[in-house]
Amino acid sequence: MSLVDLVVNNPLLLAEAALNGLLLGGVLALLALGLNLIFGVLDIVWIVYVDLAMLCMYLIYFTVQVYGWPLLLGAAAGIALGVVLGLAVHLLIITPILNSPPVNQLLATGGLLFFIQSFATFLWTTDHKTVRLSLPTLEFGGMFVSFSRLIAFGIAVLVMIGLYLFLTRTYIGTAIRAVSQDRGAMALMGANPQRVYLVTSAVGGMLAGVAAALLIIQYSVHPFFGAAFGPITFMICVLGGLGNMFGAFVAAFIMSEIISIGGVAWSSEMGYVIAFALFIVLMFIRPGGIFAKRQ
Amino acid sequence: MSPGPAAGATMLELRGITAGYGAFTALWDVALSVSAGEAVAVVGPNGAGKTTLLRVISGVIAPGAGTLAFEGAPLTGRPAHEIVAHGIAHVPEGRRLFPGLTVADNLKMGAFLPSARKHFAESVERVYDLFPVLKERRLQRAGSLSGGEQQMLAIGRALMSRPKLILLDEPSMGLAPVMVLRLFDLIRRVRAEGYTILVVEQNVRQVLKLVDRAYLLEVGRIRMEGRADELQDSDFVRKAYVGL
Repeated sequence: MSLVDLVVNNPLLLAEAALNGLLLGGVLALLALGLNLIFGVLDIVWIVYVDLAMLCMYLIYFTVQVYGWPLLLGAAAGIALGVVLGLAVHLLIITPILNSPPVNQLLATGGLLFFIQSFATFLWTTDHKTVRLSLPTLEFGGMFVSFSRLIAFGIAVLVMIGLYLFLTRTYIGTAIRAVSQDRGAMALMGANPQRVYLVTSAVGGMLAGVAAALLIIQYSVHPFFGAAFGPITFMICVLGGLGNMFGAFVAAFIMSEIISIGGVAWSSEMGYVIAFALFIVLMFIRPGGIFAKRQ
Repeated sequence: MSPGPAAGATMLELRGITAGYGAFTALWDVALSVSAGEAVAVVGPNGAGKTTLLRVISGVIAPGAGTLAFEGAPLTGRPAHEIVAHGIAHVPEGRRLFPGLTVADNLKMGAFLPSARKHFAESVERVYDLFPVLKERRLQRAGSLSGGEQQMLAIGRALMSRPKLILLDEPSMGLAPVMVLRLFDLIRRVRAEGYTILVVEQNVRQVLKLVDRAYLLEVGRIRMEGRADELQDSDFVRKAYVGL
């Protein structure tokens, strides 16, 4: 099947792919916003970010599937772990090297990524682990959508609205945006920079935990889950302009639509190939991201 | 009205301050004091260490030697975010606004301290009374304001922390001559509200009309100190800086 074929002969399938792309975009946007939030404030890309989400997914898997906790309780534990991991990465990895060149800090989080990957393989093997839910598949006018994806999307949207309100309405949220524009000036306003960094890392970790809870009901977790979702998350951030929250939000949906529609028109591998190829082309045309002002 | 002790009591006291950046020493053995209710200027040529002096007072850099006390409390080496809480607001060189935030959000950040948040509504009204143009532009991004408006916002943002002492670093920098005169009038009004002011300026002639006392700083050392009108009349200052 090709894209033209899909548009002409099977518009319903195309619409279904577009809808699934939209639903995937919600969760990807959540990951990208978390990564971008941290970058905006600390000027470091946490390469390890999606691997933190992976650890949260494992925790939810074990609590729910092995220990029989209710899913909501397991999800809450996963989110709490996200917060703890966010704080731990900042305190243990970033703080000691806060004043060294950004590339060293980036590499340090990269080192943590390999550690977590190997550690997960060692402890939990490379088996794919799945939280089994008996949720139905819904039908809208001939289109089929899994209920778990719909729930994940709904929650992702709610959390993003919450994040928006936090960043625009509260003092500490506004301070996070202010620090991303001028680190030094916020200290003159009476904000302890270390506290702003910690809150940012905790919120970023929390978003990874929420994303983990939304991912585990759609995908199985394995030690290379971070390797599968990490690059696309990073790409979304760069495409939207690193640190640009609105850009990341839009870029998440652009990428997820390409992956989803490309996957139906050709194959899921091809969907990723097209997404990455478009990314490379766009980086040549607009190196600062799709919303960067022209130089 | 701005709180504070009775006018005349020493508010800020620096003794033997030596400070710099790495191996470079920008200030040598500087002594300076400001009394409550006073307006004091530090003048001097480019590179004299004026900005460094304000940065030491607000805690952006720690002095290598010497002591800093504010209302009797020793503040030497305290970090910037603690010093603001003692009542010293720093309007830094180049204003350092948050350009992507609205005027209102910039003012909100000025009131970040818990003690200032409680009085946010009252403080913001006072700033809007002082600078009505900020009220008109409250939903605009700070980066879109003119130079003069940005300087008003920088001062307004400092007032939001309900300070006792305001440090102004080169407030006239980058402004058109007409705007400079207006700005000095506005600073006079801020002063009339009861704030104590320590201002660093290159625009010596204007600033000496604004303040009670002034210090002359040259290559990191205090060279002269006196009442503003006396300094204005001194041959040395007149020839070197006022240009008369």
